[in-house]
Amino acid sequence: MHQVHVSTKINGDEIEYLCETDETLLDVLRDKLGLTGAKEGCGSGDCGACSVMLDGRLVCSCLVLGAEAQDREVETIEGMADGENLHPLQSKFLEHAALQCGICTPGVLIATKALLEKNPDPTETEVRYWLAGNLCRCTGYDKIIRAVMDTAADMRGA
Amino acid sequence: MLDKPNKPEKQKFNVVGTSPLRPDGVDKVTGRARFGADMVAPGMLVGKILRSPHAHARIRSIDVSKAEALSGVKAVVTKDDFNADAEDQDVLYNIMAREKALYDGHAVAAVAAISQSVARRALALIEVDYEVLPHVTDVDEAMKPDAPVLHDHIFTEGVEPKPTKPSNIAQRYEFGHGDVEEGFSEADVIVERNFKTAATHQGYIEPHACLANIANDGSGELWCCTQGHYMVRNTCASLLGIDVSRLRVTASEIGGGFGGKTTVFIEPVAAALSRKAGRPVKVVMSRNEVFRASGPTSSTSSRIKIGAKKDGTITAAESELNYQGGAFAGAPADLGAMCSFACYVLKNVRTIGYDVVTNRPKQAAYRAPGAPMAAFSVESVVEELAGKIGMDPIEFRIKNAAREGEKSSYGPKFRQVGLVETLEEAKAHPHYSAPLGPNQGRGVSCGFWFNFGGQTSTSLSINIDGTVALAVGTPDIGGSRASMCLMAAEELGIGYEQVRAIIADTSSLGYNDVTDGSRVTFASGKATIMAARDSIGKLCERAAKMWDISPDAVVWEEGHAKPAGANAGEFEPLSLAEIAASAESTGGPIAGHHEVNASGAGTSFATHIVDSEVDPETGRVQVTRYTVIQDAGKAVHPAYVEGQFQGGAAQGIGWAINEEYIYGEDGRLQNAGFLDYRIPVASDLPMIDTKIVEVPNLGHPYGVRGVGETSIVPPLAAIANSVSAAAGVRLTELPMSPPRVLKAIDENK
Amino acid sequence: MRYEAPESVTAAVALLAGEAGTARVLAGGTDLLVQLRAGFVEPDLIVDLKRIEALHEIVEEDGGYRIGAVVSGAELEEHAGVSAMWPGVVEAVNLIGSTQVQGRATMVGNLCNASPAADAVPAMVAASATVRISGPNGRRRDADVGDIATGPGKTSLENGEIVESVFLPAKPKHSGDAYLRFIPRTEMDIAVVGAGVSLTLDDDGICTDARVTLGAVAVKVLLVEEAAAALIGTKVDAAALEKLAAAASAAAKPIDDKRGTKEFRKKISGVMARRAAQIALKRAGG
Ligand SMILES: Cc1cc2nc3c(=O)[nH]c(=O)nc-3n(C[C@H](O)[C@H](O)[C@H](O)COP(=O)(O)OP(=O)(O)OC[C@H]3O[C@@H](n4cnc5c(N)ncnc54)[C@H](O)[C@@H]3O)c2cc1C
Ligand code: FES
Ligand code: FES
Repeated sequence: MHQVHVSTKINGDEIEYLCETDETLLDVLRDKLGLTGAKEGCGSGDCGACSVMLDGRLVCSCLVLGAEAQDREVETIEGMADGENLHPLQSKFLEHAALQCGICTPGVLIATKALLEKNPDPTETEVRYWLAGNLCRCTGYDKIIRAVMDTAADMRGA
Repeated sequence: MLDKPNKPEKQKFNVVGTSPLRPDGVDKVTGRARFGADMVAPGMLVGKILRSPHAHARIRSIDVSKAEALSGVKAVVTKDDFNADAEDQDVLYNIMAREKALYDGHAVAAVAAISQSVARRALALIEVDYEVLPHVTDVDEAMKPDAPVLHDHIFTEGVEPKPTKPSNIAQRYEFGHGDVEEGFSEADVIVERNFKTAATHQGYIEPHACLANIANDGSGELWCCTQGHYMVRNTCASLLGIDVSRLRVTASEIGGGFGGKTTVFIEPVAAALSRKAGRPVKVVMSRNEVFRASGPTSSTSSRIKIGAKKDGTITAAESELNYQGGAFAGAPADLGAMCSFACYVLKNVRTIGYDVVTNRPKQAAYRAPGAPMAAFSVESVVEELAGKIGMDPIEFRIKNAAREGEKSSYGPKFRQVGLVETLEEAKAHPHYSAPLGPNQGRGVSCGFWFNFGGQTSTSLSINIDGTVALAVGTPDIGGSRASMCLMAAEELGIGYEQVRAIIADTSSLGYNDVTDGSRVTFASGKATIMAARDSIGKLCERAAKMWDISPDAVVWEEGHAKPAGANAGEFEPLSLAEIAASAESTGGPIAGHHEVNASGAGTSFATHIVDSEVDPETGRVQVTRYTVIQDAGKAVHPAYVEGQFQGGAAQGIGWAINEEYIYGEDGRLQNAGFLDYRIPVASDLPMIDTKIVEVPNLGHPYGVRGVGETSIVPPLAAIANSVSAAAGVRLTELPMSPPRVLKAIDENK
Repeated sequence: MRYEAPESVTAAVALLAGEAGTARVLAGGTDLLVQLRAGFVEPDLIVDLKRIEALHEIVEEDGGYRIGAVVSGAELEEHAGVSAMWPGVVEAVNLIGSTQVQGRATMVGNLCNASPAADAVPAMVAASATVRISGPNGRRRDADVGDIATGPGKTSLENGEIVESVFLPAKPKHSGDAYLRFIPRTEMDIAVVGAGVSLTLDDDGICTDARVTLGAVAVKVLLVEEAAAALIGTKVDAAALEKLAAAASAAAKPIDDKRGTKEFRKKISGVMARRAAQIALKRAGG
């Protein structure tokens, strides 16, 4: 297997790694860099548990090759809180009990953060469609949607 | 009746019944929580499993020599690496095929290698010589006398005389009482129908994952996502042929289970690989493997017959339910048969269940195993019968509903139960009388689940600063640590924040049954309360020592030790923190513990109301409104109780409308991925309203009933009833996927 | 497997042409990575096109738009001009997968993957879109979108050729397009049936031109002339729509599979085509 050398930025840090060409960004984050916050629920783009931001776009890291990250900027769940201060979405998810097992939570949080940055005032339907690629099997989505709507309202008010 | 207590021991609460943040919350929103696949060990290898591409095949030989010779491969295992005398022969056979591969996806060999790519190449080098055999995957086909037989040691149990020919029907169960024929003869109206349901999967988002680290002397550790790490320990020890004491199993955070993680699949394989390689081995299932080779539900076929008088009294009811349980016996045909009429008080009732094996993965539990399919068919007929009599479906149900003191259809008498209360709430709920739009229909259904108790061990340590470390042995699959903290805090009279709960590993705490049967908040909760009481006894003793009075003269109130009365002496109350601070001088560490085989788990009933809209041109179903009303006994953490209600309803919606295992002619699973195994996505669902009813369970000090499972029992029928109302034709087969609904509509034209 | 990310089309084409083993082009990767992981393809070389600046552009050309091969669904949606002119095409592209998939997936990848159920393709064919293809030795050619996929997983692209861009022509006045698909869920499914319609009206609201396409009901996208003929010369009234639906159902040649039965797909072809035509009509100002 050919190893590729990659320099990239992850959560603001300059990072270098070697990866096999068939390794995904998710493999690299989890297995090479110890950033296990992004989860693998399917490895095929269907569940969204591996969601990260790549150059400001929401993507499934299981559908990105590790080699592609050269000179890009990656944001993961590990970069969401600011030091000891949680992001408002993180706090609201706890408050609203918007997680049960929590395996979908990192992906859902990354996705909703991207949504609120693009659309600070989404309707319930818009939130639901935006999150259609983030499967949650535990909650029935109800409390997730409420947490997102409530955070959006708070952030607009702030 | 009057002198019988109908209230639980405790009714006024400080913290129980509030919804504080969970102790594991911050870890889970920051990505810090460690799930099954998140663990590493120095020198770790990657384990991968070779799986049968055939539904049914004799394994003539397996040649692993080329794989073993590949550079970077450290171990290859097959059936011969497991203890042939293991206690559970079915599990032994399921985790690694023996004489035959019994389903598409059945493990046949496994490798441990230095990387993913080496492991993948090694699998490709293993040569298996298969003799493909005829297969059967459908339950009705498998029951036919000329069906291909999976096991020549299965002779149907439960029939007289005992059969002499092996068959796929592992067992026949029968329950009931009264004279059903007589009952039907008294009926004014009888409805009889056949139903079918497809196999579904629990669909937890976290695939099975484990890390085994077995030393050369056979002792070692296992880290895995499971609903029961003690079960994993005992089973793996037996499969590997080692002492239970040699294996220490730690339960990781678990990314959903719903019953699917109540048995072992990859854990013993990882352990065998690790033992052979002498290095840690991590095995993580792919999503494809999860679908093909974990434990989906049974598919079923059934026949239901119910008769009633014009006034709505059910005179007789009969069910015959066939459960396809995959390659080994054990489908929940008994539970299904017991549950089928549990919602009703019946003079004459007979329920029969068949446990049938087929060439599919062995079924595992999925929330109230067996009950949803039974409720689907029974509650469909109940709704239809109410319609024929011209009675409101809720009134009809109330008239026949299970009540305290009445004999259940499966045997025992009901204690205090809340079915009528949920039905009354449903009737009064604004949802039930809201107007419907065009092409919309409304359905209701009831549901029942037994709930389990079981073996539980809990320990609680008082820390030096007056905080409390609580260790339970039941993996937390939906926030149970928070509920445990609440109950401990309640007993001790301290704040929720002062208690932290962990899930202890198998070497740190006594045995605990699997987290299943909705047992945790009930049984671990009960044990936590008793452990807290145990520690309170000790705290009082210490206070007595500090005051130099008799321990009997000390009481525990509001988090303080107090003199029992004026006679005991005049002392300032001692707080828990104060007693804790002096522990060293009063006798050493203070801790409480409790071990029990908990009984008294109260059954939980629910009523669901659903509105669906059907596109008459495409047969597509959209659920537009959903209300769950369920008896929780006492909701310890109401937000998580609501979460259980909503989650069960959402899974039920998936089961009812789109989820199904699709097998091809070749017996291979065609939709082993989330793209074509269609679980509900966020945009598919409405908000799910909940109403918690609290009819206390007298078997628990606070009145708690398990709530995790009942919520998936009513949805299938409630949705079928609403879709049937919207489509103008009765749907009797699940899932109610668009082609099926459109066909029914067109045939009804 | 080698991974290369050239910075020019010439370099990309040279890499592909020079590879003795199997080579695969990588755009958004939302098909390719899934296929790699499942072991369906084991290429010796992957050529990532995303470092080629020119392929990221959307430019106006002859009153229409030329869209670079690596423009993602999300980027296309954000382009006001294309969305205003060809809303049906943009909607079709945006139906592909989730928000996450949209961040990567391209319409050219959708085309070159040659799945019979591809969503963007019926809409592009209805819109009379063409593609520009670059090959070895500076060879360039244009082709109709409908001529690229030839069957499941098969294209008419020759060794070393890549698609550089899609061209959506200028839209005549009083025209509208639409794409609808049938899926069991609301999102995240592969089309059971897809229908694209593009139509043009005259000043009196009579349909003068129409193109009706169907996806997922044959080995490749179908351009259904009979369905278009049912609209032309009419005001796209109920009777014309019924004729169109019947023609679409008749033209569909589906198979039975896990996503739907033959019978079901034929029926739904008519329903989807009719509903898409109604949206296109509205957009055309009818
Ligand atoms: C979760 C999920 C959901 C999906 N849902 C849908 C859906 O609803 N509808 C749908 O139609 N598809 C769907 N897809 C499939 C896929 O997303 C689309 O087909 C997408 O448009 C592919 O684009 P891409 O840029 O990612 O292609 P890639 O994966 O990069 O490429 C696809 C194929 O095209 C070739 N190729 C790409 N670009 C070029 C080029 N410029 N020249 C020559 N060959 C090229 C590649 O070699 C490869 O064989 C889904 C995929 C996933 C993972
Ligand atoms: S793991 Fe990437 S989408 Fe499921
Ligand atoms: S909380 Fe378990 S999958 Fe979402």
